[in-house]
Formats: sequence, C-alpha cells, structure tokens
Amino acid sequence: MSTQIPKQTEESSETEAETDVASKGDERRAEKRRRAAEERARRQAEEAEKAAADEDTIELKVFRYDPEVEGKQEPRFDTFHVPFTKGMTVLDALMYSRDNYDSSLTFRHSCRQAVCGSDAMFVNGGQKLACKTQIVDLEEPIRVEPLPHAEVEKDLVVDMEHFYDQMEAVEPYFQTDEYPDGELEEQRQTRENREKVKMSTRCIWCGACMSSCNIAAGDNEYLGPAAINKAYRFAMDEREGEEMKQKRLEIIEQEHGVWRCQTQFSCTEVCPKDIPLTEHIQELKREAVKNNLKFW
Amino acid sequence: MHEHDVIVVGAGGAGLRAAIAAQEAGADVAIVSKLHPVRSHTGAAEGGINAALRDADSWQDHAYDTMKGSDYLGDAPAVEALCQESPEEVIQLEHWGMPFSREEDGRVSQRPFGGLSFPRTTYAGAETGHQMLHTMYEQVVKRGVTVYDEWHVMDLAVTDEDDPADRTCHGVVAYDIQSGEVSGFRADNGVILATGGMGQVFDHTTNAVANTGDGVAMAYRAGVPMEDMEFIQFHPTTLPSTGVLISEGVRGEGGILYNSEGERFMFEHGYANNDGELASRDVVSRAELTEVNEGRGIEDEYVHLDMRHLGEERILDRLENILHLAEDFEGADGLTEPMPVKPGQHYAMGGIETNEHGETAIDGLYAAGECACASVHGANRLGGNALPELIVFGKRAGRHAAGEDMGEATVTTGKDGEWEAADYEFEIEVGETGGKGPAAADGGAVASDAESVLGATVERAKDRVDELLARKGRNHAEIRSKVQETMTANVNVFREEGRLEETLGDLREAREAYKDVAVSDPSRTFNTDLIHTMETRNILDIAEALTMGALARKEFRGAHWRKEHQERKDENWLKHTLVSWNDGEPELWYKPTILEGENKTYEPKSRSY
Ligand SMILES: Cc1cc2nc3c(=O)[nH]c(=O)nc-3n(C[C@H](O)[C@H](O)[C@H](O)COP(=O)(O)OP(=O)(O)OC[C@H]3O[C@@H](n4cnc5c(N)ncnc54)[C@H](O)[C@@H]3O)c2cc1C
Ligand code: SF4
Ligand code: FES
Repeated sequence: MSTQIPKQTEESSETEAETDVASKGDERRAEKRRRAAEERARRQAEEAEKAAADEDTIELKVFRYDPEVEGKQEPRFDTFHVPFTKGMTVLDALMYSRDNYDSSLTFRHSCRQAVCGSDAMFVNGGQKLACKTQIVDLEEPIRVEPLPHAEVEKDLVVDMEHFYDQMEAVEPYFQTDEYPDGELEEQRQTRENREKVKMSTRCIWCGACMSSCNIAAGDNEYLGPAAINKAYRFAMDEREGEEMKQKRLEIIEQEHGVWRCQTQFSCTEVCPKDIPLTEHIQELKREAVKNNLKFW
Repeated sequence: MHEHDVIVVGAGGAGLRAAIAAQEAGADVAIVSKLHPVRSHTGAAEGGINAALRDADSWQDHAYDTMKGSDYLGDAPAVEALCQESPEEVIQLEHWGMPFSREEDGRVSQRPFGGLSFPRTTYAGAETGHQMLHTMYEQVVKRGVTVYDEWHVMDLAVTDEDDPADRTCHGVVAYDIQSGEVSGFRADNGVILATGGMGQVFDHTTNAVANTGDGVAMAYRAGVPMEDMEFIQFHPTTLPSTGVLISEGVRGEGGILYNSEGERFMFEHGYANNDGELASRDVVSRAELTEVNEGRGIEDEYVHLDMRHLGEERILDRLENILHLAEDFEGADGLTEPMPVKPGQHYAMGGIETNEHGETAIDGLYAAGECACASVHGANRLGGNALPELIVFGKRAGRHAAGEDMGEATVTTGKDGEWEAADYEFEIEVGETGGKGPAAADGGAVASDAESVLGATVERAKDRVDELLARKGRNHAEIRSKVQETMTANVNVFREEGRLEETLGDLREAREAYKDVAVSDPSRTFNTDLIHTMETRNILDIAEALTMGALARKEFRGAHWRKEHQERKDENWLKHTLVSWNDGEPELWYKPTILEGENKTYEPKSRSY
C-alpha cells in the first residue's frame, strides 16, 4: 500500500506570491490560509507515516476544488489514508478524512442510509451513493469525484438546480377531480396498481441517473430519466383517472421527452434504488404510441 | 432582507405540513431549510402512521394507548388532539396521492405495532416516511410555496424584554450555504420551527447528521423553555458502524439475540423470561448493554442478532429489506452470519415547550414535529406516533400562525399556569461560561420594533461568522465528539447520579473549549466546517439541559431509568421538567401533567403489557 506524502505542501507555498497587491485584510486571510494549509500538510504527513506502520489503511484520492481559495482554484486530487474498519463505506471514509485531517473537505450527506439522496458521487468511475458503497467492494486507491455533467460548486458538491428544475417540469404532483364522498373515505387502489407504481415511487432525487446519461449530457433540456420516471409514477397511478393520463403522456412526449432516450440502460445500472428506469421510459413510449393511434 | 407572513424553519414532515396549512389559510409562506426538503430525515421512517381509521377502532382507544405508553407524562388535551385529527390527516395524505400499501378491497393497509390495542399503523411498505415526505413536497411544489433551500438558520430575531413571556419573534436570520450571504427573513405573522430531532447529541444514533437540534437550542436561548429533555428513546437494534435501524420485524419473525458466549441472554440471564427478544425497547437495550459491560459483548461493543434459522425462503419473503441494510451499511450477510447490533439513540420525546396549537411562550414563535413538545409522547413514544404528530401539529401551527382563530388552548406555556421551582443543587456550574449575558442573549436585540430587531440580529450573526472565519483556534469536531462520547457513555439507558454529575463536568469543559473554536476553511462557498461549528454550540446547550433534567428526576419513568430510583413515583413526579436558559443561567422548574381530557381523566396505571 502506498504511503506517499500528500502533495499539499507544494500547494501551500504557491499562495504567498499572490498576496503582494492585496489589502491588509487579504493579507491576514492569506496568512491564515497559509498557516491552515501548513497545519494540514503536517497532519497529513504524520498520518501518512502512521499509515505506513498500519497495514489496515485505505487510500482515498479525492477531487478538490474551491473557486475562492488559492491553491484550490485549479482542481486537484488530495490523498487521504484512512484506517479501515469493518463495514466502512465511502461516506465513512470521507467523514473520517474531514474530521481528522482536513475540515474543509466538502460533500453533502445527511441520512447515512440511502434515503436522503444527498451523496451521489463518482466513485472509481461510476455514479454511486457514498453511504451505500462498501470500501471492501472497491479497487484501491479509491478515486472520489463529483458527479459528472453537473457544475462543481466545491470539492464533491455539485449544483443540483438543473436536476430539480427537470423534476419539477413534469407537474410532479397528484391530480384528480374525483374524490370519494365520505369524509373519511380513501380512494380505492388495487394491489396490482400499487405494485405497478411501487418501484417508481422509490426515487430519492440523487441525480445519479441524470449524471450517467449521455443524452442528458448532450441535450440540456432533456427531461432525463428521473423526471420521466416521476411522470410514470403518476401516469400509471389509476387513482388519477384517464383524462389526467392523457395530459401526462403529452408532457412526456414533448420534444425533449421520452423519444430522446436511446435505451442505453446507463441510468438503470447506476440507480441506487434499483428502479427499472429504462423499462419505465419504454413503457411510456408504448403508451404514447397507443394513445396516438387512438386519435389517428 | 426577505419578508413573508409566515416563515417555516425546516422542510421535513412537520415543516411541509405547516407551510401548506398556512398557505391554505391565506398567508404568504416561505420555508427556510438547511437541507433541500426531500433530504429531510422524515424520509428515513419505515414503520407507519397511527390513525384510528376503522369502525372497530376509535380515537379514544388510540388516546388511551398513547397516555399509557407515555407513562402518564403526556398532556391529555394534546394527546386527544393527535388521536382525533390523525385519521383525517392520513386520509388527506391519501388524497394527495401517497402510495400506501393496500388491502384486497383497495383500502389502505394497517398493521399492529407495540403498545397499540388495535392494528392502526397505516403504512407504505417499509418506506412510509419517504412516501410521506415526497407526497407533501409535491404539494408544496404544486402550490408554489417559496422554498429557500440550503439556508442554515442561525438565530431568531426576538425582542429583549426581561420576561420571555413579553417577548415577540419577528423573524429569523439565516446563512446561505451556497454563497455565504447572511440575510434576515422577516415574518409578519409568525415563525414556525420544525427542525426535527437532536440525535447528534449522542455518538450513536438512527438520526441524520443534520439532526443537531438547532431549533430547540435557538428557541431556548431566546427564552422558550426546553421540556422533558431527559426522555430519550433508545432503539435496541441498530447497526454498530452507522446507527442504521434494524426494525423490530426481525425479532417479531423470530430473530434471536446472542452474546459472545453464544448464550440467548434475554432468557439465559433472565432479563425478560416471558417476552425474551420481544420485550419493550428499553428493556432489550439495557440487557444488551449489560452484556457488553459484563464482558460478554462482541468486540466489547455489540451483540448478535441472528435470523439464519428462519431459513432463506422466509427471510427473502418477509425481511428482504433487512438483508440489504445489513449488507450495504455493515457489510454483513444476514443469510450466512448473525448481524451485529447495539442500542442507539432514536427519538427525543422532549423539545420546545408548546401548547396544543403549537404556540410557544414567545409571541409569534411556534414549533411542531420532533423539535416540539406539546406534549404527546410524555416519557415514552409509541412506535408510529411521531409521523401523525408531524401532520396534526404541523397543520395546527400553520393555521394558527396564519391568523386562524382556534380558540383558547388548554395547555399552558412558560410560567403562565401552575409551576414550581426545582429543589436541586447542581454541584457543577451550568450555563454560559462567564455568567449571565444580556437579556435574550443569542436570541435577542436591544430594540423592540420588528425592523431594528431583525437588523440587529443580522449584524450580530454577520459578526459571528466573520469572527469564526477570521480567528485561529480549535476545530469543533473534537469538542463535538467529546460531548457525544460522554453523553453516550453516561446518559444512555443507564443513568446514575455520580456519572450524570461527571457528565455535567465534561460538558463544562466542552463549553470552555468551545470558547476558542474557529473554522479553518476560509471559504464562503459551501463552508460545511462553519455550519458544523455552529451546530456544535446547539448540541452543547441541549446536552446540558438534558443532563440537568436527568439528574434532578429521581424516579424511573418511561425511557428514563435511574439506578438509585427504581420505580415510578406518581406522588412527586407527575410533572414536566422545564429548563429555561434565563439569559445564560439555566433554571430548572416543573409544571404539572394534564391528565384531564375532554370527557375523561386518564388515571395512571402500571405500564405493563
Ligand atoms: C430511522 C427512523 C425511523 C423512524 N420510523 C418511524 C415510524 O415508523 N413511525 C413514526 O411515527 N415515526 C418514526 N420515526 C420518527 C419520525 O420519523 C421523526 O420524528 C420525524 O420524521 C421528524 O420529522 P420533523 O419534520 O420534525 O423533522 P425532519 O424530517 O428531521 O426535518 C427537519 C428539517 O429541519 C431543517 N433544519 C434543521 N435545522 C435547521 C436550521 N438550523 N436551519 C434551517 N433548517 C433547519 C432540516 O433541513 C429539515 O428539513 C423514525 C425515526 C427514525 C430516525
Ligand atoms: S431514479 Fe434512481 S438514480 Fe435517478 S434520481 Fe431517482 S434514485 Fe437517483
Ligand atoms: S447520506 Fe443520505 S443518501 Fe447517502
């Protein structure tokens, strides 16, 4: 296992040159940053030494970028050595690195159990939820990068706005005009119908599918697998009624809708909730064709 | 500056429901949340929502079960509101399209849950919370409610009168995580706190990393008392490395707990000779910890939950999601090996003191959901009773804040009703290091009109951010983990006087250390170091109030076990614990529990099942 000393030492010295023309405040901040960087480098060096002594350590190469901080404006990779414990996930390793070596290491996370969808990232070249990815299943060194095809805000954090916009473009809410009469009366739904929409309702908005999709990468307006799946979830729900279904099919049939999908299955492969996305898209295409024939 | 009629802080089940209700009542509402709404921890709930929907069931039975489960520390008016309104709220969710599991006849499914006299836990597979959260967020999108997501609320803008009961809340101050901007959010009608749980006070929890009790701590520093904080529910079967919950279902199906010696300790060591593994959550948790403490734990940390004998077919049929959880989060294969489990913090029964309309002692400030204490759970929450609390009290708070007339509340807030001072001397100093601060320290400002109160609070927040970024000092992570460790070691399912006192000492040291805290990441972009540093302050305040309440309560009630006091003492302790910040010198006091409901009084009985 490599115990190479992280290269932060080099970067920290670069920051000084730029402080020449700066104000007092800038100087102070630069000085602070320099010291922080030194401190980090020292700790990392110590850790690397310890790692050499300790067999059970994993090596993580993590993408770093911060538009505001000297030395991080040019994207780079930092190496972290993390003591391995049984059951450790990529998220655990990132948290360990942040809490013990570099508190500026930045990534979204919250639930740690694959329900909040915050921590989709690019691990060893694939879209994964960090909290759901066991270290033992990965080749070392483990490369951790932000989701491709999204703008990087800092380190592993990407801008999710575009993804949210697409999700919200499909009228992602239940609509019906017919409610049962009784005050405490629920709408009826067959078990088969609930089963039919079940997988589609499991989406946690992680964005892994969109990031893996070539079509979405080339066509910024393409709704993308998650939004189409959301439309599927409602179109197939018998409680909404036939009329609504027509409307839903029109939405997904638009120029940047289902017909863009070229059935490459990459979304289905990366979805951490095992949603059969490509199948859902194909089924909507078939429904749309059936529907159009009706009006021929 | 932003301005709305109602500001809702938090976008979990409680916050989303509050926002929808306030908007329906005609208010201009905005949600401010440090996470995007769908990232909220409501999404993690699996089991279900209790609601008396069927003819053979009644809200009265649900109320009776809840009062008994609360070990008679719930307030009957709040409990009755919960049970009366939960059915219509659940049907409302169904009408919004929530994909509940279904019966043959197409109606929503219900299942039995511990402590319930009727199978009234309404569910959507093993992902009820996820479905509920997404269904309500869909409604928020539909209605076009403004959402400021990834804005961390730092402080409440509250006036600074000496008596908290005279203070008014005019808005909040928040930090935009993405840009680093500090901004004021003025609320013309009211602020509703819906910030969720505080599991991060402990180092092993089923709660999310974001559950740091921010709302509870902010309200506390502004002058609202924390209520019944010592009542914390621990869950006996959580995975050791992450705290992910392994549901009771495994034990329900016949899963067995073993110690390192291969003994089925629930029986062999006599913890629960009748119920064994199926004894109540607190009994099983204490048994597991006793095994570990006496050297019969595995790796000195956990015990084994074995389901292999159930056979592959039955496991795949009924417990498939458990197999995935164990594999994904612990690297364990439940089909071929026992799963490691240990007790973990799960739920806070206490929180921000409110009445049954969600109002706090401060005018214009409301709370709902896990951060609030109305109180419906008393000393112990029944499974399936938290989710209905979110929708019932979220809606109530939303309507009230929007100005709807809901009549006089029965539950009192602050020192409005009967109360008594605590008769307890702490050996360790508590509160702000350096003593009492200005009135409403950390929550208030010197002025009284809305504009200047908010302005002053914004300025203070900006200074705070600048200071944390500019100075050199310690990283918060070290302090946070010390607090979590001492709380987990000493204020868990076992509580004894000496160790609780020791904990107050540890917390004192942590407070001292926190005075030198600094953020080493200089960036204004997505500075999570800064956010976590601010959260750690909240964790400290909550840990302290919780420990104070635990020390002073000399009885064993619900989730609160005391070594020296092994029984429930109704003559002295049918009362709520309250801790007021009191501008930096915490004050402990009590108010009586309300056992009188609309038509009946709930006479305390023993909590045996
Ligand atoms: C694993 C698990 C399983 C559970 N299962 C069940 C069950 O089956 N049935 C049941 O009834 N209960 C269950 N519970 C309990 C229940 O899920 C929770 O009590 C409930 O979901 C909390 O909801 P909430 O809306 O109060 O908070 P959350 O959903 O936690 O939302 C809190 C919100 O506040 C925001 N926030 C917090 N701090 C700030 C700040 N400073 N500034 C801005 N925003 C902030 C967050 O961004 C978030 O949006 C379970 C709990 C867990 C952990
Ligand atoms: S469909 Fe799957 S991969 Fe795509 S956002 Fe939803 S959960 Fe993530
Ligand atoms: S941390 Fe929530 S999905 Fe991974």
